[in-house]
Amino acid sequence: MTFGLRRRENGALGAVSQRAGLPVWLWAAPLLFLGLFFFYPLSAVLRLAGEAALAEGLKGAPWSRLGGALWFTFWQACVSTLLTLLAGLPAAFVFARYRFRGKRLLSALLTIPFILPTVVAAAGFNALLGPRGWLNGLLMSAFGLNYPPVRIINTVSAILLAHIFYNTSVVIRVVGSVWAQLDNRLEQAARSLGASSWRTFLEVTLPLLRPSVLAASLLVFLFDFTSFGVVLLLGGPRFTTLEVEIYLQTMQFLNLPFSGLLSVLQLACTLSITTLYLWLNRRQPVPLSPRLSPDGLWSVRRWRQRLLVGGVIVGITFLLLLPLVALALRSFLVISPEGDLSLTLAYYRELFINRRQTFFYVPPMVALRNSLAYGAATVTISLALGLLAASALNRRGRFERWMDAILMLPLGTSAVTLGLGFLVVFTRPPVDLRSSPWLVPIAHSLVALPFVVRTIQPVLASIPSALRQAAAVLGASPWRVRREIDWPIATRAALAGAIFSFTISLGEFGATSFLARPEYPTLPVAIFRFLAQPGDLNYGQAMAMASLLMFICGLSVLVIENIERK
Amino acid sequence: MNLKYKWMVVLAASLLLLTACVGQSSQTPSLSPSVAPTALQPPMKTESSPQPSSEPQTLTVMTHDSFAASEEVIAEFERLNNTKVNFLLSGDTGSALNRAVLTKASPLADVFYGVDNTFLSRALREDIFEPYSSPALADIPDAYKLDAENRALPVDFGDVCINYDKAYFEQKGLIIPQRLQDLIKPEYKGLLVVENPATSSPGLAFLLATIADFGPENYLDFWKALRANDVAVVNDWSTAYYTNFSGSSGKGQQPLVVSYGSSPVAELIFASEPLSEPPTASIVDKNTCFRQIEFVGILKGTAKRALAEKWVDFMLGVSFQEDIPLQMFVYPVNSQAKLPEEFVKFAQIPAEPAMLPIDLIDQNREQWITAWDEAVLR
Repeated sequence: MTFGLRRRENGALGAVSQRAGLPVWLWAAPLLFLGLFFFYPLSAVLRLAGEAALAEGLKGAPWSRLGGALWFTFWQACVSTLLTLLAGLPAAFVFARYRFRGKRLLSALLTIPFILPTVVAAAGFNALLGPRGWLNGLLMSAFGLNYPPVRIINTVSAILLAHIFYNTSVVIRVVGSVWAQLDNRLEQAARSLGASSWRTFLEVTLPLLRPSVLAASLLVFLFDFTSFGVVLLLGGPRFTTLEVEIYLQTMQFLNLPFSGLLSVLQLACTLSITTLYLWLNRRQPVPLSPRLSPDGLWSVRRWRQRLLVGGVIVGITFLLLLPLVALALRSFLVISPEGDLSLTLAYYRELFINRRQTFFYVPPMVALRNSLAYGAATVTISLALGLLAASALNRRGRFERWMDAILMLPLGTSAVTLGLGFLVVFTRPPVDLRSSPWLVPIAHSLVALPFVVRTIQPVLASIPSALRQAAAVLGASPWRVRREIDWPIATRAALAGAIFSFTISLGEFGATSFLARPEYPTLPVAIFRFLAQPGDLNYGQAMAMASLLMFICGLSVLVIENIERK
Repeated sequence: MNLKYKWMVVLAASLLLLTACVGQSSQTPSLSPSVAPTALQPPMKTESSPQPSSEPQTLTVMTHDSFAASEEVIAEFERLNNTKVNFLLSGDTGSALNRAVLTKASPLADVFYGVDNTFLSRALREDIFEPYSSPALADIPDAYKLDAENRALPVDFGDVCINYDKAYFEQKGLIIPQRLQDLIKPEYKGLLVVENPATSSPGLAFLLATIADFGPENYLDFWKALRANDVAVVNDWSTAYYTNFSGSSGKGQQPLVVSYGSSPVAELIFASEPLSEPPTASIVDKNTCFRQIEFVGILKGTAKRALAEKWVDFMLGVSFQEDIPLQMFVYPVNSQAKLPEEFVKFAQIPAEPAMLPIDLIDQNREQWITAWDEAVLR
């Protein structure tokens, strides 16, 4: 089948490269990658579903639940995205424009929620907001109540809150990296011409930010649209989305015809959403010279600035960091049956002991090494392909618009269906999931690629063509133009993309759990093994392992961001 | 589709076929018992060639995420058979089986372990196993053998039971509920958390216990009453146990949880400070627990039938069977296997657990779950 795919791709490319004068190799690698690892397994599953549908028909399909699931999927994704923008944009502004102490550390910490496996995030929310969590404990003792006043777990609010928790850092990074490079002088000009600061924002800043805000919204929306763990674990059994329904029909009821139908429906939705995004984003972006070294960071002086920066930092800390703090604290606390608290390092010590001599014992350092190795491989794959795709996307023909939509598809595709496709297809050498450790970073890269493309492409698109033309006139080859103009400007965005791919890989559980050989477990896989058995030591070790994961994530982000400064 | 394209497909297919054949023929001669049969390893059939091979062969075992065993026990099998065992951990009980079913055309593994009696009929109907009458079956009571053709062989059993938080009931001076019927009494309002049977294996088992206890006609009335009595429903065992259950380290709100009969022993063994007795216990009266039996089978189409047979014999043998309780917290089916001390002391094995015929489960599973969903969640 791959022969066929490759041939068709080449055909399409041939026509385009002639028209646009683009070297074929820019598209070849990303297309080959998507063809082999996305379309091939996906079509194999859909064919399986189609055959089953022809043989047995669509029997036992719960049509009555479909409408509700579809409506709820869209509704929660829309509301979640709006709320995430509401939380993320002020923070992106503060991070892009102000200089304040602890900024880099805070920015690294804010990335951590993005990687938390859902089970762990659920434990964090519960420790904070659950019936016996901190908040309720505080309110009960403060007001002498004998019942927990805040009931949020297993409600829609928990789903929305968790989506904000997970995705705010996407908005901060995608919009913030563009905002930080905006040319201050445009706004200064507007102000000196007499525009109010509000009008300057609406008529100068916002139009310039528009592509990045749209890109962030699309990423967040697709993430929420296919949300699975959050809905299942924090929303509880009363809520069902398309993705949850696909999981139920495939993995529990073995109703392949219906789950195949749902997958196609989901794919169609993703395609329409992406098309809508492309239509909204169809206007040529305002070209402007990005600043390579962002100057003019404001220091916080006036009381209004203090209020703004302080308010944003406190708000975002409450929203994103308190659940993490609750988790980390729990890994150092033993709660006796009588409810007394005492500090301990026992859970961390225990991580290093294989007390039960179990075959599947995961030494923490091995899990750490595997996680980092998978992360590094994911960054390499997705950054290489993402840079190629983003710079190929820079020419806006009809073919590029299609490609733009297609590149986003993996993010909006059922992980259950795609995972099944991997099982059905990759069972023989050279790509045998039973022996190849590469399928894990490849699966992670499928999810990471849209993030990389969406972070780099708006930045590349904003480079004025005059800059490139000048270089070309001065005798630079197209390759040299790319190397000396596009790529230095794109570096900052590429680093943001690298952080996304790395953190996506670090926190991913679903695909890793059945694609990774048991000999190469990752930190999230180890956490799940602990949480699958009863007992205080298991729970404590899960919290300790999760804290280790959070620490490594924060540290890695600091390291990656440090590359930028050098 | 043009002609050239067709040719490429044919070419690719024949290449794949060729590699598959080459792979097979190179594997067959190495199926040899390199070590004399021991008590653990019942005598092999004579089909395999006698020369020992130096290159270890590999055996792939597909199973669920909860599979566990001691290093030394696995190493013993690997040493005796000059084999490397690969495990494919493929999700929870239902997901793992469905992955095996959906890949049966070109099986991912040689052996599948972990289908239980709630899913056994699906496995048999989908015809994924080859029959194998292991000599080790002699030591296993007939009550556990649910497939007369021995396509699926019993390995272990366990019970899904309600666990209670001892401290809570002591402090409140509440009597511990004895039967399922008690759970709808007003004194237990809001005290029980259960798992969604659509997403959780213990959740499904508990639903089946209520069907066995009240009958397929009346179980929904019980659930409606339970709903009126504020039963909490969550999607998975980890959330139920660690987030909702007050007797666990998560210190949740409900003192009653649907978990496993052996969870109290696990609480004792995995305590961070040594405990004299478990902080929780199971309710084990008639029909309150659902008995789950787990099976192993040789996957149809394996190229390593002889080695797969050895693995099955091994899983049913005493050494692996005695390893089961402390690794997977279920009980061995082999009557020769001895239980570890903690289990002898604290394990509560229900005398009359609920069970249902496997065919009845298979025919009604979806309908029961859907009806439950309507009655309890909507």
